[in-house]
Amino acid sequence: MSGILAAGSTGLSGLTLALIASLALGVASGLLGTFVVLRRESLFGDMLSHAVFPGVVAGFFLSGWLAREGWVENAKNPLVILFCALVAGVLGAVVVTVLGRTTRLKQDARLGIVLSVFFAGGIALFGFGQPAGVQGFLYGQTAAIDATDLRLMLGAAAIVGVAVLLFRRPLLVVSFDEGYAHNLGYPVTWLTLMFSVLLTMSVVVAMQAVGVVLVSAMLITPAATAHLMTDRFPRMMALSVLFTILASVGGTLLSGSVSDFAAGPVIALCATALFVAAYVFAPRYGLAARFWHDRGQRQRIQRENVLKDIYRVLEREGFPAEGATVGTFEAERRLDREGAERELKMLEDAGALIRRNGGERLVLSEEGWRQAARVVRNHRLWELYLTNEAAYQADHVHDDAEIVEHLLGEEAIQRLEAELGFPKTDPHGSPIPQPSAPPIHTTS
Amino acid sequence: MDLLAATDIIIPTKLLVWFGLACFFTALGCSQVGTFLVMRKMSLVGDAISHSVLPGIVLAFLVVGTLDSPWLLIGAGLSGVLATLLIELIHYRSRIKQDAAIGISFTSLFAIGVLLIGIYAKSVDLDPDCVIFGQVEYLQGYPRVEWWGVEFPRPLVSFAVVGVSATVVVAVLYRILLVSSFDPSLAASYGYFPAVVQLVLMGLTSFVVVSAFQAVGAILVIALLILPGATAYLCANRLPMILLLAGVHALLSSVGGVWLALSLGINTGAAVVLAGGGLFTLAWLFGPVDGVVLRVWLRRPGRDCS
Repeated sequence: MSGILAAGSTGLSGLTLALIASLALGVASGLLGTFVVLRRESLFGDMLSHAVFPGVVAGFFLSGWLAREGWVENAKNPLVILFCALVAGVLGAVVVTVLGRTTRLKQDARLGIVLSVFFAGGIALFGFGQPAGVQGFLYGQTAAIDATDLRLMLGAAAIVGVAVLLFRRPLLVVSFDEGYAHNLGYPVTWLTLMFSVLLTMSVVVAMQAVGVVLVSAMLITPAATAHLMTDRFPRMMALSVLFTILASVGGTLLSGSVSDFAAGPVIALCATALFVAAYVFAPRYGLAARFWHDRGQRQRIQRENVLKDIYRVLEREGFPAEGATVGTFEAERRLDREGAERELKMLEDAGALIRRNGGERLVLSEEGWRQAARVVRNHRLWELYLTNEAAYQADHVHDDAEIVEHLLGEEAIQRLEAELGFPKTDPHGSPIPQPSAPPIHTTS
Repeated sequence: MDLLAATDIIIPTKLLVWFGLACFFTALGCSQVGTFLVMRKMSLVGDAISHSVLPGIVLAFLVVGTLDSPWLLIGAGLSGVLATLLIELIHYRSRIKQDAAIGISFTSLFAIGVLLIGIYAKSVDLDPDCVIFGQVEYLQGYPRVEWWGVEFPRPLVSFAVVGVSATVVVAVLYRILLVSSFDPSLAASYGYFPAVVQLVLMGLTSFVVVSAFQAVGAILVIALLILPGATAYLCANRLPMILLLAGVHALLSSVGGVWLALSLGINTGAAVVLAGGGLFTLAWLFGPVDGVVLRVWLRRPGRDCS
């Protein structure tokens, strides 16, 4: 609490500083996170956040030395620190690439090696003198951020934001299709290098907010959340920035109101909470949405199967005008009265079935007829296709057709019909119905 | 307690041996398990586990109150396995790819661990610095035991037990791990269910990670897991040789690292990793299989490329 309420040198309250820092964090890591997640290089960001650390420590030493020599006034000069961090980050990225060119080691091992050895270097370096302020990068310091830190964060975030806006297209093309980028004449190597530099900057910003380890949370989690919400890239970037800011503001406020421990883990957990919410409730890719969609599919398939059996009963009896009896339907579906009534009720509710003679006679409605005829046609066409074109035995095709009949779309069916020469009967001799034709009724 | 400055202490040989042995046993277990992680392209799952065991360790510590209890191993094992299950859950049940799933899982679990330390740090003796820096140096502060006239701190026993038993388990399961790493379908046909082997390997990883966690800290555990296997992979082609060389790497980097740490006065964990990184660089440059120098030598002009 004390950290948040302590007034900074700018005259702004600590809380205001923390909230402005959240904004910087949102722009810096939210924007680049979308690239990182879509490129499937999430752990590249993790590597960078650790590889940058020796640079940060060296930056503290260098800027302390420069301050003593009178070159700069502040012993914690943001520009010097950022520069050293960039050098270390880019060096790490280069080592990963060179290792890939010269050894058999896979990307995962290369990232792990660079990550840990660079970080160990940073810790060893830190041991020689322990400059004050490095802790802020190790553990994050959202709650105790001061004006100098904020300048560094805002500057880096501004550069990242402007660069991503200006170079959005080339960056996007290079991320997804390097060969295509080459063909367009883009300087691929430079763009890749620029991406590494920008990513390093956003890592430096995120480090100050949540600490070395949790940088990944800021880069990956909000962008992954956004990925669950939308398919469009600009929208994903906007959402990712929004989620990062939400997590950061929420985490700062929550950690401030609970106790004064570092806000980093609380911010990371807020980002996780947003992810879990999207994982369950996202409109299209969420668990709930997919559960309802799957349920709808299952119900449709069941409905189609029942309709198909009614059609077969009707067909066997020569399509009598008064319809099929419930008894024959039960026999066809191998059900007792109760089960049959349940299925019939389902069709009635869907408006596919009309029951006459006190419910004893089953007649298909227009809609029911069309659906039934479509499924039967799909089934028989597919059987014919398998026997004629794929050389299946006629008695082996039924099970396959049972599945495919529900999945074939109108266009596929039309092509299938044309391919087979608009056949009239299936391999077993049963006629293939046309759903567009009016219902067949014989007046018996 | 200042973990990092040890310069003004005069180091007795005893400390050198203790720290060296503690690091070696830790690195040995990690090297044997880690080699398989490298071979299976799962290095970063190892990294994820090394962070994810934190909440398990902290919770177990809060319950039992000491840092050298088997409950810590159990807690760590459970949260390590939880991490792998979370990764699978996110990865298979949504459009999120595996790399992002790893990142989301381990950062969440690590954050919970740090949060727990933050909440309870005042009431218990648990230092957030241990998480980053490790605490081989704390060995001095532990009660000593004496066997056959040799005196050593008690945690050294648990380091040794973990390191040796992990090595033994790898040796016993060698065939299963070998086949399932290089030919999963053949392994499945032998009845080595891939999911089970995977889970066993993850459990084993969590097991060695706990002691590595205490020795070098959460972040550098990945180095103990990967560096030996990767270094050996640059020097040999056959798995038994790779495992042996990984063990040698563990020994050399521990001894070298502890010597480096004590003579320069830097953090032991970082020094062990730097020594290991140095060995890796040597293998990278001069290794007999993948060495850069060897390759340049082979490609030198005038040589017949047969």
